[in-house]
Amino acid sequence: MSANDFLAGGFAPAPESSDHFTIKKNYDLYIGGKWTQAAKRFQTSNPATGEVISEVALAGTKEVNLAVKAARKAYDEVWSKMPASERGKYLFRIARLLQERAREFAVTETIDGGKPIRESRDVDVPLAAAHFFYHAGWADKLEYAFPGAKVGPLGVVAQVIPWNFPLLMAAWKIAPALACGNTVVLKPAETTPLTALKLAELFDDAGLPPGVVNIITGAGETGQALVEHPDVNKVAFTGSTAVGKAIRRSVAGTGKKFTLELGGKAANIIFEDAALNEAVEGIVNGIFFNQGHVCCAGSRLFVQESIASQVIKKLQKRMQTLIVGNPLDKNTDIGAINSAEQLQRIKSLVKAGQAEGACLWQAAGGLPRKGNWFKPTLFTDCAQSHRIVQEEIFGPVLAIQTFRTPQEALSKANNTPYGLSGGVWTDKGSKAFKMTTGLNAGVVWANTFNKFDPSSPFGGFKESGIGREGGIHGLSAYCQISH
Amino acid sequence: MSTSGIPKTYKLFIAGKFPRSESGRITEVRSAQGEFLANASRASRKDFRNSVVAARKAAAGWAKASSYLKGQILYRIAEVLDGRSEQFVKELGARGFSQKKAEADVAEAVDLLVHYAGWTDKYQALFSSVNPVASAHFNFSVPQPSGLVGIIAPRSGSLAALVSAIAPALLGGNALVVLAAQDALSAISFAEVLVSSDVPAGVVNLLTAQRAELVPEFVKHMDVNAVLLCSDDVDERKNAEWQSAENLKRLSLHPDRALARSPYHILDFQEIKTTWHPIGV
Repeated sequence: MSANDFLAGGFAPAPESSDHFTIKKNYDLYIGGKWTQAAKRFQTSNPATGEVISEVALAGTKEVNLAVKAARKAYDEVWSKMPASERGKYLFRIARLLQERAREFAVTETIDGGKPIRESRDVDVPLAAAHFFYHAGWADKLEYAFPGAKVGPLGVVAQVIPWNFPLLMAAWKIAPALACGNTVVLKPAETTPLTALKLAELFDDAGLPPGVVNIITGAGETGQALVEHPDVNKVAFTGSTAVGKAIRRSVAGTGKKFTLELGGKAANIIFEDAALNEAVEGIVNGIFFNQGHVCCAGSRLFVQESIASQVIKKLQKRMQTLIVGNPLDKNTDIGAINSAEQLQRIKSLVKAGQAEGACLWQAAGGLPRKGNWFKPTLFTDCAQSHRIVQEEIFGPVLAIQTFRTPQEALSKANNTPYGLSGGVWTDKGSKAFKMTTGLNAGVVWANTFNKFDPSSPFGGFKESGIGREGGIHGLSAYCQISH
Repeated sequence: MSTSGIPKTYKLFIAGKFPRSESGRITEVRSAQGEFLANASRASRKDFRNSVVAARKAAAGWAKASSYLKGQILYRIAEVLDGRSEQFVKELGARGFSQKKAEADVAEAVDLLVHYAGWTDKYQALFSSVNPVASAHFNFSVPQPSGLVGIIAPRSGSLAALVSAIAPALLGGNALVVLAAQDALSAISFAEVLVSSDVPAGVVNLLTAQRAELVPEFVKHMDVNAVLLCSDDVDERKNAEWQSAENLKRLSLHPDRALARSPYHILDFQEIKTTWHPIGV
């Protein structure tokens, strides 16, 4: 069987246009409402082509200090004194402006990060706007969120976000922080700074008072300097569990509040009574969405033994139809791996999987020559002890295991230090509830996967993090609550 | 304490039993006037690890027990404690509490238990939500117990303070390992109350020990999900924060005194779980 059997000849290219807006050749730091230069700069490139897109400023200690100072000033003099309903109006306005420039943000996201335009256009950007819109409404209603308690802002919030959902994570962090009355210094990821910088332009257009949000670009050291800054009241981090633990240690004894949204190794559990075609779609969406660069990706598949070979066959057939290639093409299912470094990590874990005895299968078909790419991959004959079962790969790699009883599925699924998400596929309601209750994970999808909404709290159990983001439960991360 | 009766041997409380410390160590406890009261067991790190094993074994069953049952058990603790209040007043008195203060302390402990007994089937409704997502899904968020919680109780020896630290985590469906002060004889007597109140074995384990020896074990243990640390000691708090990082333990820091009544203390030892399901035919 050839690749894309029924697509013989393939689809005609259908690239999204990118000539209706500009990405500047240079970006500075957005501090105190002004674009501020830094001594050093670094490049951000398109992972699908390797081409340099833009050069951005590298914030050092001096710039971090400036940004925190600007945030403190804005907090003391403007933001903490503003009526809550006025705060909310800014957020509503930001949501609207983002909707208006949605296509520009989607294309920029795809060029800078490698994700398929279909995802940036239909998921990342609309959800980012929705996050601002949702939290805008909370600004003057916070006392209703904490019955019997008094609520107030924390102060200056340091936020460090990852490269897998650059704009969405920025919205996810900034919107609740501002709604709850805090000011922000945000550091986007090193490989994907552009949409956060465009967001700064949009804050300007919204007339957001200077210093309420400051955006500083840089690498790990910039993030560390920001997190460790003594005048920061709260740290919010999304990223790897290793860095999350380091941040937990660095805030020890400082009285800083913190929330951590870290790694995962989600189990996606398919019972023999599930609607199998839908389940297969759910498996594909679970692991191949955003090239598997998703902390809540369904990276461990548990199939009931009786249907294992059937499900794997269906899955392989479906995987043959996945289009890997130009992220700007509207037909593309799987885009580019975000960075050469991440590609290397995926390759080394896949190698470990083979070395440890798991059986590798990849969809047929070639990959583009330039850029960072990895084929959709699955492993069968996996054991609980395999590294590909235990460690987060953060790529389009699925490890398949089987089970016989619900209890076996639960104990295998929970046998991980992570606890971010999980999935269950069954047509039996009572079984679904038994499983969703039994899974030690913060977000559980039954007969669906990888769904997000600003009103729905997100966050992990165990080593997948501390705290929730989104929904009424996410507000406490940005509020001082006295009871 | 009792001159005409039979002095009690104070031991540890692990897995529903009253063992001595495996280390064979004791601490002599004397009254405020210097009179010998008891040889309290001095729990070791091994005793702590055994307690964690017992608590883990009991955790799933207690988490699953109905809220109604948990409420009745908490209320039962209050009933039994109230019935033995004289004994506790006497014990607290021997440790330097005035008669009036001791009586008030025991009465407050009873009241706290009654108060929290009434929370077992209400905090879920307070802290849950049905989330109006934009897609065709039914989406809700509910609290689930953190699992295994270590409680490092206030040092004061007050029974009410001990109960204020234990009750919120307990009613929330967690299994506990509690570190009481080395000389907190009333804490061990409180374990006797728990035993006769249908609290399942292993759900609460109670140790008397030297604090500096065991606090690091509580915060470092990889099978402890959360810890309540009642402390005013800046270094102890900082070290606990640092050491709890390895398994990202939920660490709740509280001043070294009784916790005020609040359902938010229940929430400190809950994890919010969000469930999605499509709506359609």
